[in-house]
Amino acid sequence: MLDSSLGLHPQVALRPEPFGALAYHFHTRKLVFLKHPDVVRVVRSLADHATVADALVACEIDERRWPSFDKAITSLYESDMLCESTELEASGVADTTAESPTGTVR
Amino acid sequence: MTVTTTPASTPDSTSGHPTAGPATLVEQLKGGLDAPICLTWELTYACNLECVHCLSSSGRRDPRELSTAEAKAVLDELHDLQVFYINIGGGEPMIRRDFFELVDYSIAKGIGVKFSTNGAFIDAEKARRLAAMDYLDIQISLDGTDAVTNDAVRGEGSHATAIQAMQHLRDAGFGEFKISVVVTRHNVDQLDEFKALADEYGAQLRITRLRPSGRGADSWHDLHPTQAQQRQIYEWLLAKGDDVLTGDSFFHLNALGEEPLPGLNMCGAGRVVCLIDPIGDVYACPFVIHDEFKAGSVRDDGGFSKVWKQSDLFTELREPQSAGACASCGSYDACQGGCMAAKFFVGIPLDGPDPECVVGHGEQAMLAASSAAVELPRPMMDHSKPQRVPVTLTRR
Repeated sequence: MLDSSLGLHPQVALRPEPFGALAYHFHTRKLVFLKHPDVVRVVRSLADHATVADALVACEIDERRWPSFDKAITSLYESDMLCESTELEASGVADTTAESPTGTVR
Repeated sequence: MTVTTTPASTPDSTSGHPTAGPATLVEQLKGGLDAPICLTWELTYACNLECVHCLSSSGRRDPRELSTAEAKAVLDELHDLQVFYINIGGGEPMIRRDFFELVDYSIAKGIGVKFSTNGAFIDAEKARRLAAMDYLDIQISLDGTDAVTNDAVRGEGSHATAIQAMQHLRDAGFGEFKISVVVTRHNVDQLDEFKALADEYGAQLRITRLRPSGRGADSWHDLHPTQAQQRQIYEWLLAKGDDVLTGDSFFHLNALGEEPLPGLNMCGAGRVVCLIDPIGDVYACPFVIHDEFKAGSVRDDGGFSKVWKQSDLFTELREPQSAGACASCGSYDACQGGCMAAKFFVGIPLDGPDPECVVGHGEQAMLAASSAAVELPRPMMDHSKPQRVPVTLTRR
């Protein structure tokens, strides 16, 4: 997954929490816990980088932790919390990541 | 937790991080969050049905019911708190004339809505209207796959009503709604049939635990699953529960085996979920409509936020809880002492075992409560309709 180009699904909202964040997908109605603030930082920055690996570098994540981040990102991708950047562009919603359905940043 | 989360339905606790284990997350959630993950909001005590296990003893509308403006003000607050979605219930929420107005308002505010209904007010036209809305989910209550089993609990004709509503939703192309089942000793053998019914309608099955709350206090002893049936539920969930929702309500069953049920293994009451009742009172969870578990009211100064963040009750519930009588039991970590509401309404102390304790401690605890002549707490908001006196025809 490290070479993929990903972003937060446009229908997913993130709510910051002491343990990290809660992510809610308004379409699948799935709620997922992001259990560490570092994961939240990486997820938020995915859209600004060409690949997941680039985002990990930008967020200064120690390379020894990459395999576990790869696993977490993969799990988020498989549950539709993240999607391919190409899908975001195709649907014209590339700039609305992390927004609620009404367009309010939550 | 009903979160239901989930709660009720409550969170699918997918791991977002490799190093922090689920235990850590559960510990953090027990300490409470700045805002609920989701909350249940009973919009009205009015109901066309009189189910024998109704957790809110619904029937008649309460004249103190929140007005449309008050309800919208609460939604404004929930928006500010970033609550993702609310579970609307009742009574029968569709009885409220401003039902669609409030649902539209909530969704426009970015708060998703899931509502529970008996289906009586979903005709073809309403089904089309509902199908056209985004961020809306529906739970049709059904407690038996056949009319005999269902109607014994939910009232005559209620099975046919629910099925008709499901047909309307399917015909309108609503998509995946939920069929919501309270598991009793009479329908536990129908779990496979419920699943097949859900599949037939393109719906998702949701099963939850019966509590002795509301009118359930009177029917629980006759309806709650037997010990053998509890194992049956546990094994069914392990085998087939992957795409079945539970509101994480069966966590007390985790003491039955090594493999925990999916979901959050904890009580979320006052920590990550709560209930707002039709008159704006805030309770720790939908199953404890009683003064002991009332944290405040949305009508108080400071509104819902202040109740959630500062009430004495919620603060107390977020402190580490004592395992009490269960401390010496090897299963406590698995079952967490079970459900607070279930204990309370059968007279068991809150640090005692769950009445349906799978190790068998519940029976003794209930016996102890009854031999000590503990007066059982009664539901404090009984909106049941007055008993109908049969009309006697007389000749003049």
